[in-house]
Amino acid sequence: MGSIPFLPPSASSVSGEVDAFYFFMVAVTAFFSLLVFGLVVFMAVKYRRKSDQDQPRAILGSVPLEIVWTAIPFLIGMVMFGWSAKIFFTIMTPPEDAIEMYATGKQWMWKIQHRNGKREINELHVPVGQAIKLKMTSEDVIHSFFVPAFRTKMDVLPGRYTTTWFRPTKVGKYHLFCTEYCGTKHSGMIGWVYVMQPEDYQKWLQGDSGEGTLAQRGEKLFNELGCANCHRTDGKGRGPSLVGVAGEMVELERGAKVLADEEYLRESILNPQAKLVAGYQGIMPVFQGLVSEDQLLQLIEYLKSIGKTQKAPAAKPAAPASRTAATAATVQGKGL
Amino acid sequence: MSTVSSTIPEAKPNYLTSDFSIKSWLLTTDHKRIGILYLISISLMFLLGGILAGLIRLELLTPTGDVFQPENYNKIFTMHGVVMIFFFLIPSIPATLGNFLIPLMIGARDLAFPRINLLSWYIYLVGGVLTLSAMALGGVDTGWTFYTPYSSTYSNTYVMLTALGVFVSGFSSILTGLNFIVTIHRMRAPGLTWFRLPLFVWGHYATSLIMILGTPVVAVTILLVALERGLRIGFFDPALGGDPVLFQHLFWFYSHPAVYIMILPGMGVQSELIAAMSRKKVFGYEVVAISSVAIAVIGFLVWGHHMFVSSQSWYAGLVFSFLSFLVAVPSAIKVFNWTATLYRGSNAFLTPMLYAYGFIGLFTIGGLTGLFLSAMGLDVHMHDTYFVVAHFHYVMVGGAIMAFLGGLHFWWPKMTGRMYYEPLARLSAVLIFVGFNLTFFPQFILGYLGMPRRYHAYPEEFQVLNVLSTAGATVLAIGYLFPATYLLYSLFKGEKAPANPWNAKGLEWEQAPSPPPTFNFDHTPEVHEPAYAYAPEKEKEVVHS
Repeated sequence: MGSIPFLPPSASSVSGEVDAFYFFMVAVTAFFSLLVFGLVVFMAVKYRRKSDQDQPRAILGSVPLEIVWTAIPFLIGMVMFGWSAKIFFTIMTPPEDAIEMYATGKQWMWKIQHRNGKREINELHVPVGQAIKLKMTSEDVIHSFFVPAFRTKMDVLPGRYTTTWFRPTKVGKYHLFCTEYCGTKHSGMIGWVYVMQPEDYQKWLQGDSGEGTLAQRGEKLFNELGCANCHRTDGKGRGPSLVGVAGEMVELERGAKVLADEEYLRESILNPQAKLVAGYQGIMPVFQGLVSEDQLLQLIEYLKSIGKTQKAPAAKPAAPASRTAATAATVQGKGL
Repeated sequence: MSTVSSTIPEAKPNYLTSDFSIKSWLLTTDHKRIGILYLISISLMFLLGGILAGLIRLELLTPTGDVFQPENYNKIFTMHGVVMIFFFLIPSIPATLGNFLIPLMIGARDLAFPRINLLSWYIYLVGGVLTLSAMALGGVDTGWTFYTPYSSTYSNTYVMLTALGVFVSGFSSILTGLNFIVTIHRMRAPGLTWFRLPLFVWGHYATSLIMILGTPVVAVTILLVALERGLRIGFFDPALGGDPVLFQHLFWFYSHPAVYIMILPGMGVQSELIAAMSRKKVFGYEVVAISSVAIAVIGFLVWGHHMFVSSQSWYAGLVFSFLSFLVAVPSAIKVFNWTATLYRGSNAFLTPMLYAYGFIGLFTIGGLTGLFLSAMGLDVHMHDTYFVVAHFHYVMVGGAIMAFLGGLHFWWPKMTGRMYYEPLARLSAVLIFVGFNLTFFPQFILGYLGMPRRYHAYPEEFQVLNVLSTAGATVLAIGYLFPATYLLYSLFKGEKAPANPWNAKGLEWEQAPSPPPTFNFDHTPEVHEPAYAYAPEKEKEVVHS
């Protein structure tokens, strides 16, 4: 208990403009509300019924007035529409320099994977000033990733990747909420976003990352699951070589083309027959139910590391551990 | 409406006294009796939904989830939504006041299909019993929105039984809508042209269009969920090859227009109250009439504004956002016209008018806060927070229920033949207004702060506002208990009502006694003047600014 707050903390590159728009909306709507309330109260008193015999003259209407109070709300609405649409596109479009991280929603927790292999649950550590792009998916029902201090929110869907991004501007600790009702412990699917100084973030990132980068884990899986047997790098396997595929256009049967993005790669692992690459037999087994969402992200991360214009192939685990993961991530992030 | 001699015979039996047997009520085809049957049913549903709301506010008094287990809390808010929306708000005004008044207002003996009207009440009862039995067996926890794949695959509660109840009750609203449309087209009294109809009838006509065009879609959607849940046919669950977002499109294609099913009849009531209580024709009558239809039509094309962050295409979002701003315009027009009607009127401080004033205030806030949510860039932040909860309660409780109560008071003498105790009624109208604002205004602030909906427990910094909200809910609950008491009391001890206690215009007041006889009118009325012809013809003026 304490005093009543009116605004959540403002800690991202978009939160200022969202707040400005909010104030604009509050001002405009308060003006019209007070105008209507004032008129109603004024007329309720001024023209109150004085005797039961009162019979006021009829006033049928006024075309000019109708036009005025149709046009004004419409025009004001269009200003709101335009400004808010502009903000929406800003909130939804990740900038070029964004580094990627992965989030998986699961009843009732958030699992975060950093590209260097660091994993956390219900916590997300990010450096201040750096744009972060989160690729998200769900293992079960629909969740929604909401950080009020950043004014961003995006639903997290099973069977699909969605993206949200933010550039934190203030060091601190901020609420992370699930905002799509997801069952019994929905209100327990909460966590904290820690915005840190870049140096602190680097220190945090280096601590205890254990089993190698995401791409390295993906490569290990790629071999364990037997993918490498057919998807040989020399192109002579029963499946197409996957070197340089991620982020490239892929030719399907009957001449159709599809961009090999995360969505396509995911589908081709889980249900390979859906969009078969031209010239190959549909002999790959279905991996639906055999790999978890986390593992899928690792596999995709590996494929991206050997994908189009890859600069730091994860196939060379010799990449010095001291190298700042953020820089590596930035370079790789640009790869796709 | 020709002037009629004020000596309406009193001794003849009315629709209430014509037959006292239980059978005569349960097998009645009289639209007035069916209206009363509906009134009793929805009042019980409102009581139930209200108690559930009280339990929600009780839990949210403190940040920790200390009153209910999370699974029970989830069932409580789900049942609150299901009961209030499908079994109270959707039938509230149309099935009670609409049923009772439309034939009276248009000079007809009954609705076009009296037996279908009775059937619709029985269907409503079956739906209600199914849903309530699901609640008695252990409840359902999907939220009233039944989002997949949670509802189709993951929830272990009585989803199908609840959904079946909703599915069945949908047919009652389809039949009511059908009945109204045919009645309004075919059974208007001689001389009662479309632009002489009371705006209440226009509002119900627009509502009926949505009922018959929208409700089948939600029925189909529920059927698909049932097929997925029962037979594992994949429509919505990606694990079965379905698309989880498809459900949201189908659901909101009905459920957003359903919001207009709930508010359009309220707007119709509002027009009647304002006209009768100010003794003036509603300002810009034609514009108000057409705007109801405009809301119904555009309202079908805005469903995607529930889905800006659902992964829906950004450009689809753009169109939905634009149309949502567009649908706000006819609502704004109505508010301005109601306000303008008060100008140089004879505005009575009677209970129905107090509700009408309350409606203008609360609906204005409810409508304007809808703009915040239509604005894509802001909705990203506000979506699924308490701001949304506050917004739709301002429209649904502040709008629809205020109109329902205002209308109930206004037509109570006609329906029951008794007057209620006015001072107490005024007091409770004020109490409800204050309690309502105290309950829901803090929730706008909570929403912007980021408190998500459907949270059983919440961070401590949100507590002060939640305490205010719970305090308001207490006042509101007491406010609602007043009418329940004095209206029932008036049935036995109330002063006998004359045919037209408000000196209002309209066939139901001028040509039928209170309460009306079974077939409403002795002779088919003839109409020679427009609606709300309070002032003599020569005293009419058109404002030119």
